[in-house]
Amino acid sequence: MATTTTADVKLSALPPVTGRAGLRGVLASEFTKLRSVRSTYWTIGALLVLSVGLAAAIGAGAASDLHNNPGDKLGFDATQTSLAFFFYLGQLIIAVLGAMTITSEYSTGMIRTSLTAMPRRGNVFLSKLFVFTGVALVVSVVTSFLAFLVGQAVMSGTGVSASLSHSTTIPIGGRVSPQAVTATNSVVVTPGHVLTAIIGTALLVTMAAVIAFGLGAIIRHTAGAIASAIGLLFVVPIIVQLLPSTWRFDILRFVPSAAGDVLSATVGDHPHLWSAWPQFAVTVIWALVLVAVGAYLFRKRDA
Amino acid sequence: MIEVRGLTKRYGPKTAVDNLSFAIEPGRVTGFLGPNGAGKTTTMRCILGLDYPDEGTVRVDGKLYHDLAFPMREVGALLEAKAVHGGRSAYNHLLCLAQTNGLPKRRVGEVLELVGLTEVARKRSKGFSLGMSQRLGIAATMLGDPKMLMFDEPVNGLDPEGILWIRNLMKTLAAEGRTIFVSSHLMSEMENTADHLIVIGRGKLIADCTMKDFIARSSGTAVRVRTPSADQLVRAVTAKGATVSTEDDGAVEVRGMGAEQIGDLAFSEGIRLHELTTVRASLEEAFMELTADSVEYRADVPGQRPNAAGRGTTIGSGV
Repeated sequence: MATTTTADVKLSALPPVTGRAGLRGVLASEFTKLRSVRSTYWTIGALLVLSVGLAAAIGAGAASDLHNNPGDKLGFDATQTSLAFFFYLGQLIIAVLGAMTITSEYSTGMIRTSLTAMPRRGNVFLSKLFVFTGVALVVSVVTSFLAFLVGQAVMSGTGVSASLSHSTTIPIGGRVSPQAVTATNSVVVTPGHVLTAIIGTALLVTMAAVIAFGLGAIIRHTAGAIASAIGLLFVVPIIVQLLPSTWRFDILRFVPSAAGDVLSATVGDHPHLWSAWPQFAVTVIWALVLVAVGAYLFRKRDA
Repeated sequence: MIEVRGLTKRYGPKTAVDNLSFAIEPGRVTGFLGPNGAGKTTTMRCILGLDYPDEGTVRVDGKLYHDLAFPMREVGALLEAKAVHGGRSAYNHLLCLAQTNGLPKRRVGEVLELVGLTEVARKRSKGFSLGMSQRLGIAATMLGDPKMLMFDEPVNGLDPEGILWIRNLMKTLAAEGRTIFVSSHLMSEMENTADHLIVIGRGKLIADCTMKDFIARSSGTAVRVRTPSADQLVRAVTAKGATVSTEDDGAVEVRGMGAEQIGDLAFSEGIRLHELTTVRASLEEAFMELTADSVEYRADVPGQRPNAAGRGTTIGSGV
């Protein structure tokens, strides 16, 4: 590189300003940060491809199974079948992005540059949270719809696939013969049920991302934050399942990812969990508490 | 103007900065000197609000740093060149910083041109050499056209060309009337650039004075005298309270008397002089002497001249 002296470059005068730098500029800045690194695109791409691809694969498997064993149509939840991989795997992938949104600032040292430019840490933290949550929400809703639509398209010949335009009757009791199922008892899955499941699951995945974000702010270390997010969202439910049945069901309600089972369901119910929205409130409380602790530490600790 | 008052910062049991007070006056280059580990970076981090002081206050133009309306328009600081997200392009790195202070987008292109990084603006910064990273960091400091600039060890690890570039840049910025606060553990770096010096050792203030005073008030100033009647001269000057050491080549070094006094004394005593030279201690020597006690990790340097005269003394008035 040629030696460059500064004398030959003149900077233009900056426009005068009044007031003070606030949330708006920092929001724009955080959006620039998120859109200008490749890891954002990799994680969102992985989320989309895996969620939608696996919804198609699992749909094809289900369609073949339902053809060979019509009895499995009893209580078959086509919506949940398409959303299952999105909410299991999607949580995991977006949790990585959530944690990295904040830990990458620490691992690269960027946090010190960021906080020198904008020392009002509350603004920086909130902007980061808002921008990331917004992006996670949009991506989750889009992925949820795509996973549903692709999954249902694959299962469309089964007679028990779900739809956003008309209600479907799902047999839950009846006689099963190799040729057909004669329903004696059934439930009607309306487009409203389906829409609630799609949106609810997207919200759950978004909250999982916010939980990982909060853990990232607390732990400040990428590997540590991702490991604890996986622990909280995946390992804790498994451990709870191993507990004695007398109390594992009481504990399961308080696990942050439990809401996925009820939010994504359109057929049947979970006797051991609350209904969809109260159960989702548990997840939201987890997210709020972790983010609040993260925000407190973000402001209080040396950068 | 930056005012540091009674600043104390501890990391666990270790006191990094110990009751430090000084002011950085506007419109001049203030050098911030101290051996490695003296607390220079910690002090700068406290000024910028990155670390919270345990005691004491720091005011920038009378305000806390985090209360500045548009911090980038007031202070441009470069603490670590590599404190950037390497996956982000130079352009986007600068853009996200500019946006926090509502600075216009065109500014990004201008500062990239200023530091000569226009060609690599769209490249991810993880591929940048240290010199290029340093330029990127300086571009960031110039985004808000600040009145005051702060650099922590800006020439560390740079090649000679990079060092020259930084020096020229600092001269240009100083000539524009900006306040510059620059730290270094190398005296020679300051010798031609700084007007004022703040010297610390082990977190404590050692000197706060002009560059001239710093050199003059250290005990390093001596007068070299060459004369055929050395014994007579030594007797004459020691009688006046000066100290004398004899060099290998027969010259006599006199401390505690100026060249004029020695010349006058020699004349009145009838001593012929062949040489009478004021030997000014280099800044490096003055610095070594003053910080001799405060070097945290020291290996014994063979042949280092022990000199107790300047130890523990504070030159200048502080704040």
